[in-house]
Amino acid sequence: MNVSDTRELKLYGIGASDGISIGQAYLVDKKGVDVIKRYVIQERTLANEIKRFKTAVSKSNNELRAVIEASPEELRQHANIYETHIALLKDKMLYGRTIAYIEKERVNAEWALKKVIANIKLIFQNMDDSYLRERIVDIEHVSELILRNLVGAKQENLADIDRRVILVADDLSPADTSQINLKKIMGFITDGGSKTSHTGIIARTLGIPAVMGLETATRMINTEDIIIADGTQGTVIVHPSEKTILLYQERQNRFEQRKAVIARNCDITAETSDGFRVKVMGNIELPEEVVAVRDHGGDGIGLYRTEFQYLRNHAFPGEATLFNSYKDVVEKMYPNQVTFRTLDINGDKVLRYHIDNYHEDNPALGLRAIRYCLKHPNIFKIQLRAILRAAAYGNLRILIPMISNCFEIKETRRLLDEAAASLAADGLLYKRDIEVGIMIEVPAAVIMADVMAPKVDFFSLGTNDLIQYTLAIDRGNRQVAHLFNPLHPAIVRMLKSTADMAHKHNIGIFICGEMAGDPLYTPLLVGLGIKELSMNPFTIPIIKQTVRSLNFKECQQFTHEILQLADAAEIAKRLQQNFGAMYYEEADVCEETVNGKTA
Amino acid sequence: MQNHVSKLSKQVYIVNALGLHARAAAQIAGIVQESRSAVHIINNDLKADASSIIDILTLNSPQGTVLTFEIENPSDHNILDALVTLVENRFGEEN
Repeated sequence: MNVSDTRELKLYGIGASDGISIGQAYLVDKKGVDVIKRYVIQERTLANEIKRFKTAVSKSNNELRAVIEASPEELRQHANIYETHIALLKDKMLYGRTIAYIEKERVNAEWALKKVIANIKLIFQNMDDSYLRERIVDIEHVSELILRNLVGAKQENLADIDRRVILVADDLSPADTSQINLKKIMGFITDGGSKTSHTGIIARTLGIPAVMGLETATRMINTEDIIIADGTQGTVIVHPSEKTILLYQERQNRFEQRKAVIARNCDITAETSDGFRVKVMGNIELPEEVVAVRDHGGDGIGLYRTEFQYLRNHAFPGEATLFNSYKDVVEKMYPNQVTFRTLDINGDKVLRYHIDNYHEDNPALGLRAIRYCLKHPNIFKIQLRAILRAAAYGNLRILIPMISNCFEIKETRRLLDEAAASLAADGLLYKRDIEVGIMIEVPAAVIMADVMAPKVDFFSLGTNDLIQYTLAIDRGNRQVAHLFNPLHPAIVRMLKSTADMAHKHNIGIFICGEMAGDPLYTPLLVGLGIKELSMNPFTIPIIKQTVRSLNFKECQQFTHEILQLADAAEIAKRLQQNFGAMYYEEADVCEETVNGKTA
Repeated sequence: MQNHVSKLSKQVYIVNALGLHARAAAQIAGIVQESRSAVHIINNDLKADASSIIDILTLNSPQGTVLTFEIENPSDHNILDALVTLVENRFGEEN
């Protein structure tokens, strides 16, 4: 294609969420405070400048106090990392030195603070104890707070984005994405990340195009630049010519039309031609997403990731807050079922008001999910009480994440009993008789499935983590991310043995990982006899349609055959050969298939 | 003279798992706010102002470090004792 506008530039990355967006870029500068300017302060206004700094410090102090006070009474004692931050605000080496610097150098407070912090950072860099070295984050946190209060309204706050934009960032953490006003976001573009990283999942959940792994996007794109994000091909075009814009608008229309056709049929039951019925359900993170599940014909919620409500708040939500939103979700979904996965705080989802504030070298293998909850039964019980109370208003079940041994199941059941007893004692309405299931995402649980099955009501295969732990691959690591393969024979066999064990013990089995939402894998999952699939709401219609075009007996036979195969590429080839025709009508016919650079 | 100095300082052994981290340093600084004169913490050749959390953190003292608390004013001996007790009690941490 000829480029009529010489400024037009095409970047190649990984398509993490389908669709095309054309619009203005909004660059999220994590280190937004780095763009601080230095200016000289006249002697007569020096006192004012110092006062301005002191005011910012006292504002910061009030904000932190408010955070502590917003913590529910029962967790107030855990808020003491904020007490430390409050103490840091007035620390000599920060407060005293900044004021001294303003006086001595006659510069603005922002610059003085920045200089002082830079000096402190130098000292910390040379520390040999990694935990103590990283305590610099506490100091940085405090200084960023003061800076924000100095700079005032110009603070970087994703929650404040007020126009429709395509977000451009180095990477977005779950904490970042949970505070974005999602209605304003037309697309995600990141330097880091991959299809299975958190931002990718969020984007697919919301049906927003996303391109990740671009490496240089934040350098090549400025806020307000016109850009095109093509999440289907994994490309980004900066300063597109008019011709290019027209071309992409056309492709955008085609994409939307195809989506509309599938969406219109989304209420039709997902049943194979020979009568095997699959429940196609939605994964949600926030209560408001229930609507998307209903609109896309979801047969319930197979995974409610309850931790996002915690991440979005500035403090641990109390029982009443949780109960109200849980009740709302189950009532809206009724009579369909809602699956509450209990608090899964993990590696990249570190709570901002984290009670322990410890450092973990390897958070994916650390204190997360059920381990975290059992270590902090007080926090866990607040959630369990809220769930049991909501159970009285609809159809719900509980899913426990990261189970690796039977004790964790037993202990959770005991805490559920305790929660129920305390609710009875408080005279509150609740329902104890609910299904309790476990996530099968640690290889130990796959091996122990025969022992665990009689102790629970259902299994839910969390394929993302199961693949990561089984194949020893960090999804966020670009060096090895390409080895993350759901079709690895080890994974296929694990799915098979877990499904067989569930069938043998007559308990439920379903999949809520990314695998469930990709039509490529549907024949395999149906062939394993998995009756429930849960995915991001926007892919429900496609999966339902895919199920309807399959024959259960054929899928069973096919699955039996691929279980004999030795490598993932062969399995993928067989899937294409047997079911490929089904996908061609889905795939966007495009000039080239660019899957980005090899990692 | 040597004798006199030792009365005004005490050695402690950092026993808590995380070492002298921010919250621990905040507790030390909190106690030192009440002192009449300066209180210092010494780790080998590094010396920190015990009223500053950041300065304390820069001592880089993980578990197992031997520190010396030093007061300038003998009437701050109760502060010195409180600091020693705080360290020995692992800053109130569980393990």
